[in-house]
Amino acid sequence: MSVLINKETKAIFQGFTGSQATMHAEQCIEYGTSVVGGVTPGKGGMTHLEKPVFNSVKEACTQTNADTSVIFVPAKFTKEAIIEAAEAGISLIICITEGVPVIDMIEVTNVLKQYPEVRLIGPNCPGVITPGEAKLGIMPASIHQRGSVGIVSRSGTLTYEAVKQTTDTGLGQSTCIGIGGDPINGTSFIDCLRMFEEDQQTDSMVMVGEIGGTAEEEAAEYIKSNVTKPVVSYIAGVTAPKGKRMGHAGAIISGGKGTAQDKFKALESAGVGVVTDLNLIGSKLKELL
Amino acid sequence: MNLHEYQAKELFEKYGMPVSKRSVITNKENIEDALNQINFSDGCVAKVQAHTGGRGKVGGVKLCSTIEDVKVFVDQWLGKNIVTIQTDNEGLPVNVISLEELTNIDKELYMSLVVDRGSKSISMIVSEAGGMNIEEVAETNPEKILKAQLNTDFKISEDKVADIAKKLSLNDSQSKEFNEIIDSCCRLFKDKDLSLLEINPLVITDKGHLHCLDAKINIDENALYRQEDLTVLRDASQEDQREYEAKQSDLSYVALDGNIGCMVNGAGLAMGTMDTIKLYDGEPANFLDVGGTATKERVSTAFQLILSDKNVKGILVNIFGGIVRCDLIAQGIIDAIKERSVDVPIVVRLQGNQSEHGKELLNQSGLNVIGEDSLQLAAQKIVELVR
Repeated sequence: MSVLINKETKAIFQGFTGSQATMHAEQCIEYGTSVVGGVTPGKGGMTHLEKPVFNSVKEACTQTNADTSVIFVPAKFTKEAIIEAAEAGISLIICITEGVPVIDMIEVTNVLKQYPEVRLIGPNCPGVITPGEAKLGIMPASIHQRGSVGIVSRSGTLTYEAVKQTTDTGLGQSTCIGIGGDPINGTSFIDCLRMFEEDQQTDSMVMVGEIGGTAEEEAAEYIKSNVTKPVVSYIAGVTAPKGKRMGHAGAIISGGKGTAQDKFKALESAGVGVVTDLNLIGSKLKELL
Repeated sequence: MNLHEYQAKELFEKYGMPVSKRSVITNKENIEDALNQINFSDGCVAKVQAHTGGRGKVGGVKLCSTIEDVKVFVDQWLGKNIVTIQTDNEGLPVNVISLEELTNIDKELYMSLVVDRGSKSISMIVSEAGGMNIEEVAETNPEKILKAQLNTDFKISEDKVADIAKKLSLNDSQSKEFNEIIDSCCRLFKDKDLSLLEINPLVITDKGHLHCLDAKINIDENALYRQEDLTVLRDASQEDQREYEAKQSDLSYVALDGNIGCMVNGAGLAMGTMDTIKLYDGEPANFLDVGGTATKERVSTAFQLILSDKNVKGILVNIFGGIVRCDLIAQGIIDAIKERSVDVPIVVRLQGNQSEHGKELLNQSGLNVIGEDSLQLAAQKIVELVR
């Protein structure tokens, strides 16, 4: 097993014919992911990357039985795209788009309350990969290796670091989930930790966090009483100054809250294998297993 | 993006919120003009306009009873920098001073709307401890902090408002005014894509009315594309010049105090790189995310930005080549170094796609560039080189 996506996943891309979506869809298909089509309003009926293009998600779902959608539309259309996917019956929405206004994400959150069976990953994330089965996102396939570590992260390139180290140590990954760097996102650390805890293929987990908010502290609380598998965690931003947004919209220490030090402390007290040197993620895991 | 207090108050006014009558001074010649626009019979309050809190504590807010007082205040501040507990040692330039009619205060309250990440909604925070640092109040007197969440219609139910009004001991007419202010704030927050709206203090005047004495507004950068009327209010003089320039070229840059410049692809890895430098006893000079597609042009602009900081004695480039090819990036780095005649040592860590070839190109370039494939080694190397 694995979580979220596997060989059976049937995916479509929203914003399919755009240049970024095209480049990444091509690589996902090449990886062996079952991409069954895409949506670009006004281009329905076309064929793109040898897959059918539809005008709406509804139409795509009816024709292809797609269950997952990867969103690449521009930020100003993202709110509508997510809601359209949920309404059309997509159960897993992976939103890669960066720069979605916070108010839009609050509205999306409110709408998704009516669709409890829908899971949104992101926005502003690299996507999800289950090595050897399916890749839906912008991560480089080559560094991954099928294995037993579940990885969840708020950052793209930092995830790749964790992936590379777990590959180098020979552990490999069950599923890697980028939950995104925005202040308001669809899926939390806790959601992913729960899935990994229940997943048989996953023997251990890596959680990569960063400054801002209290998601890592909440995850620490959750781990304390709900997670039995070993967890290694790294938090980026020890040297980040207060009150400054560090690239990601959500990476900001505000009102003294959300510092890396607080997060490390909370995780340590929850029994998590904390590393302050990001180069030691892989070796720390080895040590715990 | 931040607004000045006087700009925020204009917005408040548009949304029917009670603010003081005011005028602004932008040069010494228009003091008289500004005074004529307000009722000065009992004097006024002169306020430095800068994107920082703590202005009052350093004399940036002053009660002026005579015109001479105003002139002295303007002489003292206009064209100078204000240094507060929230700014760096240089402070921020004062290009605008506002004059406000006097308000007689009976009681000071606090009110704000913030994005609540945990509940994925907007929260209102109210306190009877107005005029103080709300974070400190939350630490020392948490019982004085009242919170309410906005509903899915971006409003707060009347019951909740009534409950808070009662806890604040507001009378009937004040409760009504309180309700109206909250309603306006909620509309303003959503309409204008705010990320923070703060009124500190929200006062009760000697006549018993609620009045917004201060106003702080932050706008969600991601939503500026649909807030054109606010975008023009951006005051670049209040932002770090390099951060502002970086933003213009779509790069994400934050200045720090160290001497090792950093160029990284990805925000998380950029922070991780800074932290690694620090871990090996170096001091990062900046945060810089060149983005997922580090093209030659972006790399070149990034070098320019980093080197405009005269403290920089060396540069660490950290690229995890996922989709992008490291050899192409290496070539981009070489070209940029030649073009910009960079003379400080540079260590480049290339990992991922085509990184071997990339390192070869760097090491054979004859430039003062060292290629590494581990971040650990790269960080140690650059720390050693700037010593």
